[in-house]
Amino acid sequence: MNAPENAPATRIDLAAEFRDAGIGEVLDTLERDLVGLAPVKRRVREIAALLLVDRVRQRLGLATEHPSLHMSFSGNPGTGKTTVAMRMAEILHRLGYCRRGHVVAVTRDDLVGQYIGHTAPKTKEVLKRAMGGVLFIDEAYYLYRPENEKDYGQEAIEILLQVMENQRDDLVVILAGYADRMERFFESNPGMKSRIAHHVDFPDYGDDELGEIAERMLASWNYRFDEDARRAFDDYIVLRRRQPHFANARSIRNALDRMRLRQALRLFESGATVDAEALTTITEADVRASRHFQPDEAADALPERAAPATNT
Amino acid sequence: MRITQGCFSFLPDLSDSQIAAQINYCLEQEWAVAIEFTDDPHPRNTYWNMWGLPMFDLRDPAGVMGELKACREANPENYIRINAFDSTKGWETVRMSFIVQRPTAEPGFRLIRQETQGRNLRYTMESYAVGRNPEGARYAG
Repeated sequence: MNAPENAPATRIDLAAEFRDAGIGEVLDTLERDLVGLAPVKRRVREIAALLLVDRVRQRLGLATEHPSLHMSFSGNPGTGKTTVAMRMAEILHRLGYCRRGHVVAVTRDDLVGQYIGHTAPKTKEVLKRAMGGVLFIDEAYYLYRPENEKDYGQEAIEILLQVMENQRDDLVVILAGYADRMERFFESNPGMKSRIAHHVDFPDYGDDELGEIAERMLASWNYRFDEDARRAFDDYIVLRRRQPHFANARSIRNALDRMRLRQALRLFESGATVDAEALTTITEADVRASRHFQPDEAADALPERAAPATNT
Repeated sequence: MRITQGCFSFLPDLSDSQIAAQINYCLEQEWAVAIEFTDDPHPRNTYWNMWGLPMFDLRDPAGVMGELKACREANPENYIRINAFDSTKGWETVRMSFIVQRPTAEPGFRLIRQETQGRNLRYTMESYAVGRNPEGARYAG
């Protein structure tokens, strides 16, 4: 990333450069594996293109600042922030902006200590582990607790800021969380906001996108919907979205897990012999047995247990 | 007299990039890297002071180099070494250790001969630096 050693070339084939970096594959898998998220994919492409062009500019001897790569991912739960962070790390690694390309995912608990003098070593240890890769801070706004002026979170933020500024080529920090709370976090920490170059918003998934996600999840577990079940699941998505604690793809995964349970019980209780077809198929009955289809349930529903805050 | 302990001690002092490359090797072997310092260079002094805890789960030498820099600033005229500990069952020992900083002047050792019964001699080595000043002030200035 320093000045080029060899004499600067005069013409560089961007397409060849793109192929050699191998980011094409990463971008393609991103495109293929993740449903929807068009604006996010576009931003990732833009960032990748910028880095590639920067690298080429350096080879031509045009001075470029080492780009600031810290990012903020904001969006509702289950919209793919962690998954995209993993891909981002790989892209940065292939472009040579990140030596290892590993992701260290942490939350407030990993950074902030419990007593005076505990926070700094804890934060520094996490930072050391993340060096050469990406530090992914989930629900970053919890670091800042304005209601408690003695909160140690501020100390962690200050150490983070220092490293984000001074060791930009050792570490990329990605902050993630709900959009509105991230906005408030940045308002109260202008230093943090000014050091983050890329703000990426993750939109909620549409109903059809969630349906596609469900199919892919099932396929990866060697299950599938039959036709009626697929239609029933579309209805399920509409109903589920109206319930509190809707967490996009994560809610879908939990729902599919429950449907697998019901399918297993159904097969077990039928007592008949089963074949691979029966073992892999989720039927309409498995879907329609969900609580969300019970008509009177909406009124006095047990609130579904909140989707787990941490990603699994 | 130049102290020769651990790896590379007969080579010229390693530069920072060479140190980072060696640490990188250690991390690739999944060894835990630790930094230690002392101002008592006696070869039998195995208990050096630890600079923080050993660093586990690191992927990149940048973290160690940052700690090394801090240690150098805090202990300018001391010996500093880097140890790499292998926790693999059966090894469970330091696999690599090398000095990364030494005082500008190393006065060396004095050989003390003690006459005992008969015409026997007992030999002891004592570092001039240790003899001349208490701990913490041995190499200052």
